[in-house]
Amino acid sequence: MKDWPLFEIFIRSKNGLNHKHVGSLHAADAQMAIQNARDVYTRRNEGVSIWVAEAKNITASNPDENEALFDPASDKIYRHPTFYVLPDALKHM
Amino acid sequence: MQKEIKDFMLMWADNSMILGQRLGEWCGHGPVLEQDIALTNIALDLIGEARNLYQYLAENEGKQEDDYPMLRDVRAFKNVLLVEQPNGDWAETMMRQFMFDCWHYYFVEELTKSNEARLAAVAKKTLKEVSYHLDFSSEWILRLGDGTEVSHQKAQDALDKLIPFFDEMLKPVDYEQYSFDAGIGPDSDVVKMGATEKFHQVIEKSTLKVPEKYFHKYGGKTGAHSEHLGFIIADMQFMQRAYPSVTW
Repeated sequence: MKDWPLFEIFIRSKNGLNHKHVGSLHAADAQMAIQNARDVYTRRNEGVSIWVAEAKNITASNPDENEALFDPASDKIYRHPTFYVLPDALKHM
Repeated sequence: MQKEIKDFMLMWADNSMILGQRLGEWCGHGPVLEQDIALTNIALDLIGEARNLYQYLAENEGKQEDDYPMLRDVRAFKNVLLVEQPNGDWAETMMRQFMFDCWHYYFVEELTKSNEARLAAVAKKTLKEVSYHLDFSSEWILRLGDGTEVSHQKAQDALDKLIPFFDEMLKPVDYEQYSFDAGIGPDSDVVKMGATEKFHQVIEKSTLKVPEKYFHKYGGKTGAHSEHLGFIIADMQFMQRAYPSVTW
Protein backbone atom coordinates (compact mmCIF):
# COMPACT_ATOMS: atom_id res chain seq x y z
CA MET A 1 0.00 0.00 0.00
CA LYS A 2 3.05 2.22 0.15
CA ASP A 3 2.96 2.49 -3.62
CA TRP A 4 -0.61 3.75 -3.74
CA PRO A 5 -0.63 6.99 -5.71
CA LEU A 6 -1.56 10.32 -4.22
CA PHE A 7 -4.89 11.86 -5.14
CA GLU A 8 -5.94 15.48 -4.76
CA ILE A 9 -9.46 15.90 -3.44
CA PHE A 10 -11.95 18.59 -4.39
CA ILE A 11 -15.27 19.02 -2.59
CA ARG A 12 -18.30 21.03 -3.59
CA SER A 13 -19.81 22.19 -0.32
CA LYS A 14 -23.21 22.93 -1.81
CA ASN A 15 -24.85 23.14 -5.18
CA GLY A 16 -23.98 26.30 -7.05
CA LEU A 17 -20.55 26.68 -5.47
CA ASN A 18 -17.24 25.60 -6.98
CA HIS A 19 -15.40 22.46 -6.05
CA LYS A 20 -12.62 23.47 -3.73
CA HIS A 21 -9.36 21.72 -3.00
CA VAL A 22 -9.51 20.27 0.51
CA GLY A 23 -6.43 18.04 0.71
CA SER A 24 -4.97 14.83 -0.58
CA LEU A 25 -4.93 11.14 0.24
CA HIS A 26 -3.61 7.81 -0.97
CA ALA A 27 -5.74 5.26 -2.81
CA ALA A 28 -5.24 2.36 -5.21
CA ASP A 29 -7.34 4.02 -7.89
CA ALA A 30 -9.81 6.82 -8.49
CA GLN A 31 -12.84 4.84 -7.31
CA MET A 32 -11.20 4.05 -3.99
CA ALA A 33 -10.06 7.66 -3.75
CA ILE A 34 -13.70 8.78 -3.89
CA GLN A 35 -14.66 6.34 -1.13
CA ASN A 36 -11.71 7.42 0.98
CA ALA A 37 -12.48 11.08 0.38
CA ARG A 38 -16.05 10.49 1.42
CA ASP A 39 -14.85 9.04 4.71
CA VAL A 40 -12.01 11.45 5.34
CA TYR A 41 -13.41 14.75 4.12
CA THR A 42 -17.23 14.64 4.21
CA ARG A 43 -17.92 13.08 7.62
CA ARG A 44 -19.32 16.32 8.98
CA ASN A 45 -21.61 17.18 6.11
CA GLU A 46 -18.98 19.14 4.24
CA GLY A 47 -20.01 18.22 0.74
CA VAL A 48 -22.48 17.26 -1.94
CA SER A 49 -19.98 16.31 -4.62
CA ILE A 50 -16.43 14.97 -4.79
CA TRP A 51 -13.82 15.23 -7.51
CA VAL A 52 -10.57 13.33 -7.33
CA ALA A 53 -7.52 13.74 -9.56
CA GLU A 54 -4.27 11.85 -9.34
CA ALA A 55 -1.70 14.34 -8.13
CA LYS A 56 0.74 13.52 -10.96
CA ASN A 57 -1.87 14.64 -13.48
CA ILE A 58 -2.01 18.13 -12.07
CA THR A 59 0.44 20.55 -13.57
CA ALA A 60 1.30 23.35 -11.18
CA SER A 61 2.92 26.70 -11.77
CA ASN A 62 6.53 26.92 -10.72
CA PRO A 63 7.01 28.93 -7.51
CA ASP A 64 10.33 30.19 -8.89
CA GLU A 65 8.38 32.00 -11.57
CA ASN A 66 6.02 33.70 -9.14
CA GLU A 67 7.55 37.13 -9.74
CA ALA A 68 7.10 36.94 -13.46
CA LEU A 69 3.66 35.38 -13.24
CA PHE A 70 1.95 37.31 -10.49
CA ASP A 71 3.80 40.47 -9.59
CA PRO A 72 2.87 42.36 -12.77
CA ALA A 73 -0.79 42.25 -11.69
CA SER A 74 -0.17 43.85 -8.32
CA ASP A 75 0.10 47.47 -9.53
CA LYS A 76 -2.76 47.37 -12.00
CA ILE A 77 -5.49 48.58 -9.74
CA TYR A 78 -7.53 49.72 -12.73
CA ARG A 79 -8.36 46.09 -13.32
CA HIS A 80 -10.46 46.07 -10.17
CA PRO A 81 -13.89 47.53 -10.91
CA THR A 82 -13.79 49.76 -7.84
CA PHE A 83 -13.84 53.15 -9.61
CA TYR A 84 -17.31 52.94 -11.00
CA VAL A 85 -20.21 54.64 -9.31
CA LEU A 86 -22.98 52.09 -9.13
CA PRO A 87 -26.64 53.07 -9.15
CA ASP A 88 -28.32 52.39 -5.80
CA ALA A 89 -30.75 50.02 -7.50
CA LEU A 90 -27.93 47.54 -8.12
CA LYS A 91 -27.60 45.57 -4.96
CA HIS A 92 -25.44 42.55 -5.69
CA MET A 93 -22.47 43.59 -7.75
CA MET B 1 -43.95 -5.91 24.55
CA GLN B 2 -44.07 -9.56 23.51
CA LYS B 3 -40.98 -11.57 24.40
CA GLU B 4 -40.56 -12.65 20.78
CA ILE B 5 -40.60 -9.07 19.53
CA LYS B 6 -38.12 -8.06 22.18
CA ASP B 7 -35.81 -10.95 21.22
CA PHE B 8 -36.11 -9.98 17.59
CA MET B 9 -35.10 -6.40 18.37
CA LEU B 10 -32.22 -7.60 20.54
CA MET B 11 -30.95 -9.83 17.74
CA TRP B 12 -31.03 -6.86 15.36
CA ALA B 13 -29.40 -4.49 17.86
CA ASP B 14 -26.80 -6.96 19.18
CA ASN B 15 -25.63 -7.79 15.66
CA SER B 16 -24.81 -4.17 14.99
CA MET B 17 -23.44 -3.48 18.46
CA ILE B 18 -21.03 -6.41 18.49
CA LEU B 19 -19.82 -5.88 14.93
CA GLY B 20 -19.42 -2.17 15.70
CA GLN B 21 -17.34 -3.09 18.73
CA ARG B 22 -15.23 -5.47 16.66
CA LEU B 23 -14.60 -2.87 13.97
CA GLY B 24 -13.67 -0.40 16.68
CA GLU B 25 -10.71 -2.64 17.49
CA TRP B 26 -9.21 -1.52 14.17
CA CYS B 27 -9.15 2.08 15.34
CA GLY B 28 -5.54 3.20 15.19
CA HIS B 29 -4.48 -0.09 13.58
CA GLY B 30 -5.86 0.22 10.03
CA PRO B 31 -3.47 -0.60 7.17
CA VAL B 32 -3.62 3.02 6.02
CA LEU B 33 -5.13 6.09 7.61
CA GLU B 34 -7.97 6.27 5.08
CA GLN B 35 -9.20 2.73 5.75
CA ASP B 36 -8.82 3.23 9.47
CA ILE B 37 -11.23 6.15 9.26
CA ALA B 38 -13.56 4.24 6.94
CA LEU B 39 -13.88 1.37 9.40
CA THR B 40 -14.50 3.58 12.40
CA ASN B 41 -17.16 5.40 10.37
CA ILE B 42 -18.89 2.09 9.71
CA ALA B 43 -18.48 1.10 13.37
CA LEU B 44 -20.18 4.30 14.47
CA ASP B 45 -23.03 3.79 11.99
CA LEU B 46 -23.63 0.35 13.45
CA ILE B 47 -23.44 1.41 17.08
CA GLY B 48 -25.79 4.31 16.35
CA GLU B 49 -28.26 1.88 14.81
CA ALA B 50 -28.05 -0.41 17.84
CA ARG B 51 -28.53 2.53 20.20
CA ASN B 52 -31.77 3.51 18.49
CA LEU B 53 -33.10 0.04 19.17
CA TYR B 54 -31.84 -0.21 22.76
CA GLN B 55 -33.42 3.18 23.46
CA TYR B 56 -36.73 2.00 22.13
CA LEU B 57 -36.57 -1.18 24.22
CA ALA B 58 -35.62 0.84 27.30
CA GLU B 59 -38.60 3.16 26.85
CA ASN B 60 -40.87 0.16 26.58
CA GLU B 61 -39.50 -1.67 29.55
CA GLY B 62 -38.76 1.24 31.86
CA LYS B 63 -35.03 0.57 31.73
CA GLN B 64 -31.90 2.45 30.73
CA GLU B 65 -30.41 2.19 27.25
CA ASP B 66 -27.09 1.02 28.71
CA ASP B 67 -28.74 -1.88 30.52
CA TYR B 68 -28.84 -3.86 27.29
CA PRO B 69 -25.28 -3.71 25.93
CA MET B 70 -23.53 -3.07 29.23
CA LEU B 71 -25.29 -5.20 31.82
CA ARG B 72 -26.52 -8.34 30.11
CA ASP B 73 -24.55 -11.56 30.36
CA VAL B 74 -23.15 -13.39 27.35
CA ARG B 75 -26.00 -15.87 27.00
CA ALA B 76 -28.54 -13.05 26.79
CA PHE B 77 -26.95 -11.65 23.62
CA LYS B 78 -28.75 -12.65 20.44
CA ASN B 79 -26.19 -11.67 17.81
CA VAL B 80 -25.16 -14.12 15.10
CA LEU B 81 -21.85 -15.95 15.44
CA LEU B 82 -20.39 -14.17 12.40
CA VAL B 83 -20.14 -10.75 14.03
CA GLU B 84 -18.23 -11.99 17.08
CA GLN B 85 -15.50 -13.64 14.97
CA PRO B 86 -12.08 -12.03 15.44
CA ASN B 87 -10.88 -9.37 13.02
CA GLY B 88 -8.05 -11.52 11.65
CA ASP B 89 -6.28 -9.81 8.76
CA TRP B 90 -7.77 -7.21 6.45
CA ALA B 91 -9.21 -9.85 4.12
CA GLU B 92 -11.01 -11.55 7.01
CA THR B 93 -12.42 -8.29 8.30
CA MET B 94 -13.63 -7.38 4.81
CA MET B 95 -15.10 -10.82 4.17
CA ARG B 96 -16.97 -10.76 7.49
CA GLN B 97 -18.17 -7.26 6.68
CA PHE B 98 -19.26 -8.18 3.17
CA MET B 99 -21.20 -11.23 4.35
CA PHE B 100 -22.85 -9.20 7.08
CA ASP B 101 -23.65 -6.31 4.73
CA CYS B 102 -25.32 -8.67 2.23
CA TRP B 103 -27.74 -9.75 4.95
CA HIS B 104 -28.00 -6.38 6.70
CA TYR B 105 -28.93 -4.51 3.53
CA TYR B 106 -31.85 -6.75 2.57
CA PHE B 107 -32.88 -7.14 6.20
CA VAL B 108 -33.35 -3.40 6.80
CA GLU B 109 -34.78 -2.90 3.32
CA GLU B 110 -37.55 -5.33 4.21
CA LEU B 111 -37.94 -3.71 7.62
CA THR B 112 -38.75 -0.34 6.10
CA LYS B 113 -42.16 -1.94 5.44
CA SER B 114 -42.68 -2.92 9.09
CA ASN B 115 -46.03 -2.01 10.57
CA GLU B 116 -44.15 -0.88 13.66
CA ALA B 117 -43.49 2.76 12.70
CA ARG B 118 -40.53 3.30 14.99
CA LEU B 119 -38.69 0.25 13.67
CA ALA B 120 -39.50 1.19 10.08
CA ALA B 121 -37.94 4.61 10.76
CA VAL B 122 -34.74 3.10 12.15
CA ALA B 123 -34.61 0.79 9.12
CA LYS B 124 -35.05 3.67 6.72
CA LYS B 125 -32.21 5.64 8.26
CA THR B 126 -30.01 2.55 8.40
CA LEU B 127 -30.67 1.57 4.79
CA LYS B 128 -28.75 4.59 3.51
CA GLU B 129 -25.81 3.77 5.72
CA VAL B 130 -25.80 0.10 4.84
CA SER B 131 -25.95 0.86 1.11
CA TYR B 132 -22.59 2.49 1.56
CA HIS B 133 -21.22 -0.31 3.75
CA LEU B 134 -22.21 -2.85 1.11
CA ASP B 135 -20.59 -0.82 -1.69
CA PHE B 136 -17.46 -0.45 0.39
CA SER B 137 -17.08 -4.12 1.34
CA SER B 138 -18.07 -5.37 -2.13
CA GLU B 139 -15.38 -3.18 -3.68
CA TRP B 140 -12.82 -4.63 -1.32
CA ILE B 141 -13.82 -8.22 -2.01
CA LEU B 142 -13.46 -7.53 -5.72
CA ARG B 143 -10.10 -5.87 -5.24
CA LEU B 144 -8.71 -8.59 -3.02
CA GLY B 145 -10.18 -11.54 -4.93
CA ASP B 146 -9.30 -10.23 -8.36
CA GLY B 147 -6.08 -8.56 -7.21
CA THR B 148 -2.67 -10.15 -6.76
CA GLU B 149 -1.97 -13.81 -6.11
CA VAL B 150 -1.40 -13.06 -2.43
CA SER B 151 -4.56 -10.97 -1.99
CA HIS B 152 -6.60 -13.61 -3.80
CA GLN B 153 -5.30 -16.34 -1.50
CA LYS B 154 -5.99 -14.29 1.62
CA ALA B 155 -9.52 -13.53 0.45
CA GLN B 156 -10.11 -17.18 -0.40
CA ASP B 157 -8.83 -18.25 3.03
CA ALA B 158 -11.15 -15.74 4.66
CA LEU B 159 -14.10 -17.03 2.65
CA ASP B 160 -13.32 -20.66 3.55
CA LYS B 161 -13.08 -19.71 7.20
CA LEU B 162 -16.22 -17.58 7.42
CA ILE B 163 -18.67 -19.22 5.03
CA PRO B 164 -19.97 -21.59 7.76
CA PHE B 165 -21.42 -18.54 9.51
CA PHE B 166 -23.37 -17.15 6.54
CA ASP B 167 -26.51 -19.21 6.75
CA GLU B 168 -27.24 -18.36 10.38
CA MET B 169 -28.22 -14.84 9.33
CA LEU B 170 -30.57 -16.15 6.67
CA LYS B 171 -32.34 -18.91 8.56
CA PRO B 172 -35.08 -17.54 10.81
CA VAL B 173 -35.43 -18.74 14.39
CA ASP B 174 -38.78 -18.85 16.20
CA TYR B 175 -38.90 -15.24 17.33
CA GLU B 176 -38.10 -14.02 13.82
CA GLN B 177 -40.90 -16.08 12.37
CA TYR B 178 -43.21 -14.73 15.07
CA SER B 179 -42.17 -11.15 14.33
CA PHE B 180 -42.80 -11.64 10.63
CA ASP B 181 -46.24 -13.13 11.29
CA ALA B 182 -47.00 -10.12 13.47
CA GLY B 183 -46.19 -7.80 10.55
CA ILE B 184 -43.19 -6.38 12.38
CA GLY B 185 -40.23 -8.42 11.20
CA PRO B 186 -38.97 -8.90 7.63
CA ASP B 187 -39.86 -11.71 5.28
CA SER B 188 -36.90 -14.07 5.71
CA ASP B 189 -37.38 -15.57 2.26
CA VAL B 190 -37.03 -12.18 0.59
CA VAL B 191 -33.99 -11.33 2.71
CA LYS B 192 -32.39 -14.67 1.92
CA MET B 193 -32.98 -14.35 -1.79
CA GLY B 194 -31.55 -10.83 -2.00
CA ALA B 195 -28.57 -11.56 0.22
CA THR B 196 -27.67 -14.85 -1.46
CA GLU B 197 -27.85 -13.40 -4.94
CA LYS B 198 -25.72 -10.39 -4.06
CA PHE B 199 -23.23 -12.59 -2.25
CA HIS B 200 -22.71 -15.01 -5.10
CA GLN B 201 -22.62 -12.29 -7.70
CA VAL B 202 -19.74 -10.48 -5.98
CA ILE B 203 -17.89 -13.66 -5.01
CA GLU B 204 -18.04 -14.92 -8.60
CA LYS B 205 -16.90 -11.60 -10.03
CA SER B 206 -14.01 -11.53 -7.61
CA THR B 207 -12.90 -14.98 -8.92
CA LEU B 208 -13.27 -16.58 -5.48
CA LYS B 209 -14.83 -19.99 -4.97
CA VAL B 210 -17.36 -20.97 -2.34
CA PRO B 211 -16.13 -24.29 -0.88
CA GLU B 212 -18.22 -27.24 -1.99
CA LYS B 213 -18.48 -28.76 1.46
CA TYR B 214 -18.71 -27.07 4.80
CA PHE B 215 -20.72 -27.26 8.00
CA HIS B 216 -23.15 -24.53 8.85
CA LYS B 217 -22.74 -23.08 12.31
CA TYR B 218 -25.72 -21.84 14.25
CA GLY B 219 -26.48 -20.80 17.80
CA GLY B 220 -25.77 -17.11 18.35
CA LYS B 221 -29.36 -16.04 17.74
CA THR B 222 -30.51 -18.20 20.63
CA GLY B 223 -27.63 -17.28 22.94
CA ALA B 224 -25.23 -20.18 22.26
CA HIS B 225 -22.13 -18.19 21.39
CA SER B 226 -18.55 -18.96 20.48
CA GLU B 227 -15.86 -18.34 23.07
CA HIS B 228 -15.05 -15.01 21.45
CA LEU B 229 -18.11 -13.14 22.62
CA GLY B 230 -17.19 -13.35 26.30
CA PHE B 231 -14.00 -11.41 25.69
CA ILE B 232 -15.79 -8.70 23.73
CA ILE B 233 -18.39 -8.35 26.47
CA ALA B 234 -15.66 -8.19 29.11
CA ASP B 235 -14.03 -5.32 27.21
CA MET B 236 -17.34 -3.53 26.76
CA GLN B 237 -18.72 -4.02 30.23
CA PHE B 238 -15.67 -3.66 32.44
CA MET B 239 -16.29 -0.02 33.26
CA GLN B 240 -19.99 -0.43 34.05
CA ARG B 241 -19.36 -3.44 36.24
CA ALA B 242 -16.37 -1.99 38.09
CA TYR B 243 -17.94 1.43 38.57
CA PRO B 244 -21.70 1.03 38.30
CA SER B 245 -23.55 4.05 36.88
CA VAL B 246 -20.32 5.95 36.40
CA THR B 247 -20.70 9.11 34.30
CA TRP B 248 -18.21 11.30 32.47
